[in-house]
Amino acid sequence: MIKFLLSRLLTFLPTFIGVTLISFAFIRVLPGDPIIVMAGERGMSEERYQELVAELGYDRPVLVQYWEYLGGVIQGDLGDSFVTKRPVWDEFFALFPATLELSACAMTLAILIGLPAGVIAAVYRGKFFDRALMSTALIGYSMPIFWWALLLIIVFSGNLQWTPVSGRIDLLYYFDDVTGFMLIDSILSGQKGAFISAVRHLILPTIVLATVPLAVIARQTRSAMLEVLSEDYIRTAKAKGLGPARINGMHAMRNALIPVITVIGLSVGTLLAGAILTETIFSWPGIGKWMVDSIFRRDYPVVQGGLLLIALMVMIVNLIVDVLYGFINPKIRKQ
Amino acid sequence: MTDLTPEATAAEQARPSRLREFWFYFSENRGAVMGFYVFVAFVIMAAGADILAPYSPTEQFRDHTLVPPFWQEGGSTQFLFGTDPLGRDMLSRLLHGARFSFFVGIVVASVAAFGGVLIGLISGFAPKWLDTIIMRIMDIILAFPSLLLALVLVAILGPSLFNAMLAIAIVLQPHYVRLTRASVLGELSKDYVTSARVAGAGLFRRMFITVLPNCLAPIIVQVALSFSNAILDVAALGFLGMGAQPPTPEWGTMLAEAREFILRAWWVVTLPGIAILVTVLAINLMGDGLRDALDPKLKRS
Repeated sequence: MIKFLLSRLLTFLPTFIGVTLISFAFIRVLPGDPIIVMAGERGMSEERYQELVAELGYDRPVLVQYWEYLGGVIQGDLGDSFVTKRPVWDEFFALFPATLELSACAMTLAILIGLPAGVIAAVYRGKFFDRALMSTALIGYSMPIFWWALLLIIVFSGNLQWTPVSGRIDLLYYFDDVTGFMLIDSILSGQKGAFISAVRHLILPTIVLATVPLAVIARQTRSAMLEVLSEDYIRTAKAKGLGPARINGMHAMRNALIPVITVIGLSVGTLLAGAILTETIFSWPGIGKWMVDSIFRRDYPVVQGGLLLIALMVMIVNLIVDVLYGFINPKIRKQ
Repeated sequence: MTDLTPEATAAEQARPSRLREFWFYFSENRGAVMGFYVFVAFVIMAAGADILAPYSPTEQFRDHTLVPPFWQEGGSTQFLFGTDPLGRDMLSRLLHGARFSFFVGIVVASVAAFGGVLIGLISGFAPKWLDTIIMRIMDIILAFPSLLLALVLVAILGPSLFNAMLAIAIVLQPHYVRLTRASVLGELSKDYVTSARVAGAGLFRRMFITVLPNCLAPIIVQVALSFSNAILDVAALGFLGMGAQPPTPEWGTMLAEAREFILRAWWVVTLPGIAILVTVLAINLMGDGLRDALDPKLKRS
């Protein structure tokens, strides 16, 4: 087991260095002078330009620059935003809870509906229920979620006026961040109606963000279940006279879950990509919207730092999934 | 897969029956056949947009802005699907949009597949150190969420349809590398590859003629998947303002332009979205059918 862990960590290191190289290269090597961008349309004097070049260290060799960048990354120093002048690291972790809250809700919804749907479809394979569920899943999988979001806004915010169009909470309520999670903070604030307002703001973005992972989980669960259901030990269980609930629930599902867990872990990247679109549409103040805004403002340190942190997060989750997978399934460990 | 001596006559005899076998399995999946017909209609629309469209996609009828579709009150048969805020005919724009989406799908899928399969083949045949380097590079690309990486690439290269396609092809390509490498490694240990080597087949012959044809099935399924992914991603980039630029009638860009009218004119928002959904759905249905027909491991599951 320790050997397995070490080998996984060893593949993590070069990927980490590669990811820092890419995010470093985005600013220094590709065209477009970041200092001129920083100056904006007013421009700047030649002296000030030279001053900034020296200050940001652009006059030194690229390798030295990369080395210092890497050193900074390891110490949590990703530079300051051009626009707000605040450290990128601080900005990221101030906004991260919003994205985490949305993603966690979306993932919970996707698992709560996707898993049972996949199991039921597999058990009733070929029946009407299976076909209906799988057709719906394929539609969800093919859905352009930015359009789906607009549709939901038209129906639920426009026509029915049930849910708000954007933001995390009504402007009526104000309280300090304690955890950064609006659902928890609104309860802690003790203000009447704050929690309800936070929930109402979460509903549409959660549905939108959950759509694709839900479809993927349902499809994956179904095919994993089908594979397991044709195994010999299931026949043995049937021959022993176990009821369908026990066979499907205890014997089949537990083994079918292994590939499904991997899929859930691997869809973290998908979720973050979806968060970019979802957060932009619903003006959700999280990482995705922050990245898109920064790209439009040409706020290079933010784009660079955000890209790196998001990639790191995906890598860490993948590593955890990998290790967990090896933990659950000894066959993988032995390879 | 059995004929090791690809003589012209043998291949000609084998081909029609293989195609028929393929169609037999493919047509067992009714959804796949439906998807195939929709896809054919989509290709016809894309190819014949100039003839089929009643107006030019950029022509502005200033007296007819936001006309609803013909079946709704206030609509007319002059503009079947209504007009957008600038008075452009929706039907013409949607038809021309099919052309962009088709173009995007074809280009991205073939660039990603060509590059990815080539790198995957090299990786499968290469010595261990080169294989490791290639796979680590692919891991690095895969660590970035695809849409984010495409967004940043486009932001640097400048927003345009071409750059969006390039960015998405780069992002999709590692999947082909992994897939090809995995199937190559699976084939390499088989006897027919060994016998080809013993018979004196050179490296390139073994790579492209002996092994590659036997790895194609999962790759073809992946092509269908990346075709639909490319359409979705380019539309998403267009929607964020980083893909095709107005007045290009690209479906995602059309949606972005129509956003402020969502509560007043449902058709400018709904129709381009339905176009994207139906096209992507049709291709994904075909992909499922292809998987059933081509992948013997998953056959009849």
